[in-house]
Amino acid sequence: MSERTIVRSGEGVPATTAGTLPVRVRSRWTRILLSRDAVMFYALIAVVVYAYTQVPYFASTQTVGFLLLDVIPILLIAMPMALVIITGEIDLSVASTVGLTSAVMGVLFQAGVPIGVVLVLCLLLGTVLGAVNGFLVTALGLPSLAVTIGTLALYRGFALVVIGDNAVANFPQELTRFSTSKLGDTGIPVVMLLVLAVALVFGVLLHFTPFGRALVALGFNKEAAAFVGIRVGRAKFWLFVSTGLVSSLAGIFWTLRYSSARSDNATGIELAVIAAVLLGGVSIFGGTGSIPGVIIGVLLIGTINYTLRLARFSDVVLSIVTGALLIASVVAPSIAEWARGRLHARRTARLELQRAAAQ
Amino acid sequence: MLVVVTATINPLFLTPQGVKDLLLNATIVVILAIGQALVIITRNVDLSVGSILGLVAFGTGTLFAVYPGIPIILVFVIGMAFGAVLGAVNGLLVTIAKVPALVITLGTLYIYRGVNNAWAGGTQYFAGDRPRAFSSLSTDTIFGFPLITLLAIAVVVGVAIVLAYTRAGRDLYAIGSDPAAARLFGIPVTRRVLGAFVASGVLAGLAAVLYASRFNAVGATTGTGLELDVVAAAVVGGVAIFGGSGTVVGAAIGALLLTTITSALTALRVDKFWQQAIVGVLIIAAISVDRLVSLNRARKLRVSEARNV
Repeated sequence: MSERTIVRSGEGVPATTAGTLPVRVRSRWTRILLSRDAVMFYALIAVVVYAYTQVPYFASTQTVGFLLLDVIPILLIAMPMALVIITGEIDLSVASTVGLTSAVMGVLFQAGVPIGVVLVLCLLLGTVLGAVNGFLVTALGLPSLAVTIGTLALYRGFALVVIGDNAVANFPQELTRFSTSKLGDTGIPVVMLLVLAVALVFGVLLHFTPFGRALVALGFNKEAAAFVGIRVGRAKFWLFVSTGLVSSLAGIFWTLRYSSARSDNATGIELAVIAAVLLGGVSIFGGTGSIPGVIIGVLLIGTINYTLRLARFSDVVLSIVTGALLIASVVAPSIAEWARGRLHARRTARLELQRAAAQ
Repeated sequence: MLVVVTATINPLFLTPQGVKDLLLNATIVVILAIGQALVIITRNVDLSVGSILGLVAFGTGTLFAVYPGIPIILVFVIGMAFGAVLGAVNGLLVTIAKVPALVITLGTLYIYRGVNNAWAGGTQYFAGDRPRAFSSLSTDTIFGFPLITLLAIAVVVGVAIVLAYTRAGRDLYAIGSDPAAARLFGIPVTRRVLGAFVASGVLAGLAAVLYASRFNAVGATTGTGLELDVVAAAVVGGVAIFGGSGTVVGAAIGALLLTTITSALTALRVDKFWQQAIVGVLIIAAISVDRLVSLNRARKLRVSEARNV
């Protein structure tokens, strides 16, 4: 690993040093190995190794299956959510979209609508719900936080209206069995292939297309993005639509997996999704984040939760852990920033001393 | 208007008992909503109030169960202090880490609820465990007004005066309008925002003690989902979600309106399942109206400015 020393004009250097400072730049590999995503990956590995060796029953293919089945809805929704948060917006209504999709799916199916038509209608419903969010945010210019708190209540309310206290459970067995079926002996659910496809779409969209670069620019500085010709409103609108669509997909999976359509399905998972996205390195202020990071974040939270459950901690503790992780993942960057600022200040002070001594 | 329509359709709605129930139901949301208003005015939000209420209400039940002879006034003090501590945790995290309050309080919503669950487990405390004098707070009336409603009115007036006529109160508006400018102007932003969160916590603590007096059972799930009603009440009452404007009286009226709507729906025998959807519609309608009004005002200002040139 080579470390080069180059000279570049530093921003944030006090005016007294006026001009250039030698700044150490790490080589490409060091940078990748020390990046935030990589650190998260090490943390994930550490948790898995710990659970593998210390927690009884963790080391089995069943673990892989159940763990992945548990994280699939979160993983799915986290993909569009990451893009939404990167643009500096937020969508709190995703869990309610899952619930409403599930409720509608149950009612339609019970009314005798063929299951294929039901699934298409559900996806269409998700798209419409997302479009409503997108319209309110982009056309009316309302803050997405407030809008989606409103639609969180609204969509969950509709779910209650649609299905009430009932539950629909008699979905076709081929479908419910398919939703939990595994790829051979690996224990990996077949549905993971679909999830991977979704992740790939959003990953390519964010990292390898002009649209994706535009999203990052947009989250970084909305006015500047508008000036360079990015259609801010339209981009955000489609992101909300995609969040709705993917949430309804997650709703279909949820319903089939538990073979139960209820109005309170997936209540509160917006928290887990947002926690995972933020833990995965997406800044809540927008402008930074990566899809691989988010996937690692989701898996990290999923593994921790699963391990705790195996170790016989109750769901109560899980909600504390998720909440704490959420707070930690937003507070940690602030602390890191502060520490980096201190380090930088100390380094510039030392360089200045050296320069003064040399003169 | 709403009251009249409902009363004509269901005459039971405006009987003294009906009005009393309405006021009683509104009291707790009113107190929570004015705390929320203080926070929202500073361009923050406190989503953890439902969990704070649950935790403190259970604490109140425990206090009466463990120390049966405890003076009621002491319970109020302890409850409000407990709420203050929980609010201070929110405030410190928000001000020190400089992270949006939404995320922090969403996190503490789950943490406080989790602590409540862990603490309470399956335990519930019932009104029978509490002294009669405590429960009678919410049944005794003066001139037809329940005692706790009078207390709520006193709190509304008190907080309204502080917000409108003291420097600290005015500072909250300045911070909400433009945090950077407020800081430049020498306003202790950190301290004021922290203060707003602590105040919200104290009021949630007060509401929790009243909740324990009003309702029979307090347990692990007390107050779940209340934060939505509270934010809705504040926003419907004209507190701008972007901060910088709104009044405590407005928030209180918003809470009263929201409770009236829910009671009216019940009185009109509308399916209870519609209630949450209506809360959602109200939130969206309120912020949309707010936005349209401010856009309109901005346009008028531009026109009048242009004319003066």
